[in-house]
Amino acid sequence: MMIMIEMRNVSKTYANGVPALHSIDVVIEKGEFVYIVGPSGAGKSTFIKMIYREERPTEGSVFIQGSDIGKLKEKQIPYLRRKIGVIFQDFKLLPKLSVFENVAFALEVIEEPRDVIRQRVMEVLDIVHLKSKARFLPDELSGGEQQRVSIARAIVNDPHVVIADEPTGNLDPETAWEIMDILEDINRRGTTILMATHNQSIVNTIKKRVIAIESGRIVRDEWRGGYGYER
Amino acid sequence: MKGRTLVRHVREGFKNLGRNGWMSFASISAVTIMLIVVGAFLLLVMNINHFIQTVEEDVEVRVYVDLTATEEEQKELAEELKQIDYVESITYLSKDEGLDQLIDSLGEENREVFESLREENPLNDAFILHAEEPQLTKQVATSAENLSHVERVNYGKDVVEQLFTVTNVLRTVGIVLILGLTFTAMFLISNTIKLTIVARQKEIQIMKLVGATNGFIRWPFFVEGFLLGVLGAIIPIAIIIGGYQYLYANFMNQLSIDFAELLPVFPLTLQVSALLIGIGALVGVWGSLMSVRKFLKV
Repeated sequence: MMIMIEMRNVSKTYANGVPALHSIDVVIEKGEFVYIVGPSGAGKSTFIKMIYREERPTEGSVFIQGSDIGKLKEKQIPYLRRKIGVIFQDFKLLPKLSVFENVAFALEVIEEPRDVIRQRVMEVLDIVHLKSKARFLPDELSGGEQQRVSIARAIVNDPHVVIADEPTGNLDPETAWEIMDILEDINRRGTTILMATHNQSIVNTIKKRVIAIESGRIVRDEWRGGYGYER
Repeated sequence: MKGRTLVRHVREGFKNLGRNGWMSFASISAVTIMLIVVGAFLLLVMNINHFIQTVEEDVEVRVYVDLTATEEEQKELAEELKQIDYVESITYLSKDEGLDQLIDSLGEENREVFESLREENPLNDAFILHAEEPQLTKQVATSAENLSHVERVNYGKDVVEQLFTVTNVLRTVGIVLILGLTFTAMFLISNTIKLTIVARQKEIQIMKLVGATNGFIRWPFFVEGFLLGVLGAIIPIAIIIGGYQYLYANFMNQLSIDFAELLPVFPLTLQVSALLIGIGALVGVWGSLMSVRKFLKV
């Protein structure tokens, strides 16, 4: 199998002296679906930000498809991010753009022709079942629908990896399951998915690889593991 | 960059104006108000400058010819005077003409006293020189002094030097005022634009996350800033052209003092308008790019 993400002896201490991660070693292969679990402040977000280079490791290296992204120049970062789709707990949609425009945005950035953009956006809106709401503004949608728009935006340019930072955190349980269906669907199409979550029942029901992080260290890494924390 | 991307940036720039309606309105208003002030001052300073020039151009050098000089020698002197550097024009004033001018300037009461002088004119023949640049008058006068058959040279030394001190101060004050105003305007306008962009920090952050290059993010802001500046210049230009035309028509009728002439409406107002559009566009672009810069590091 091809290695998608690799961290070698990665440590991160923030500029204000707060330590976040400690000698992390991890390999994630192409096509995997991985949960990142752990208490708040354990370092899950830092772990994720390291992958799309919002943060740089203070020690060690992060490799995406074999290239050390710590060595990327400022100018090359946009090209890294085009290979990675990111989904946030708060959706991060542009409120003044329609659903269609929000998704098309990720393709305009990579200078696709307009007809390609049109076709591709409608395709992914179909995947997230929002084709009929293409002209709506984010405010006119429910939370689950908004998160589906952000998923569509994350996958529209066929990224190799999709990173989801608590994608179900703001949603009611039923809607959360809907989102999981879509993420699994995307994973089945061959996209690697990394999902940080606090949702115990999802992790315990949809069994996948689980990486547990506590106080900046990986304390557990199991195939088809459970959530493992009592709340 | 691909052509259609450029089209996209221009389109986005226009759309953003509409999407951020009130913010755009605030920025355009800031540009409008500042440009009205800058434009009015430009007109004022340019007119003062024009007035100064008119006064300065009245400065002349009188070269009085030696009483003993023959007609031949006078002609020679005229030739030599023409050769002096920076001399623009030369006029001959015979002693009779000189006396006429003198008598005219002295008024009626003394006329008879001076009329008697006609018998035995005590004045010299003279040449009147104009320098190419008023500021070069002194130099021309000095050169003329050294020629033969010149009795003396007069250019109102003290008065002229004082005049130039005053006009130079006036010019400097004008330039300082305009520069100071322009910088204040730039600061205020770019601050207003900054507010509109801070409100869009999230938008920039998302652009960065989906892999937009910094250049790609900047372009629509460039277009938007340019539009804010140019749109903001429309009302000031209308006011400048209309207002100055009105002022010119009314002011010129009331005051017919010939040295206090206003500059004609055209091309002055067109030049000022072009300058206002330029300042507006520059400030708009500068303000919006400076503001975006801060948010590009994500």
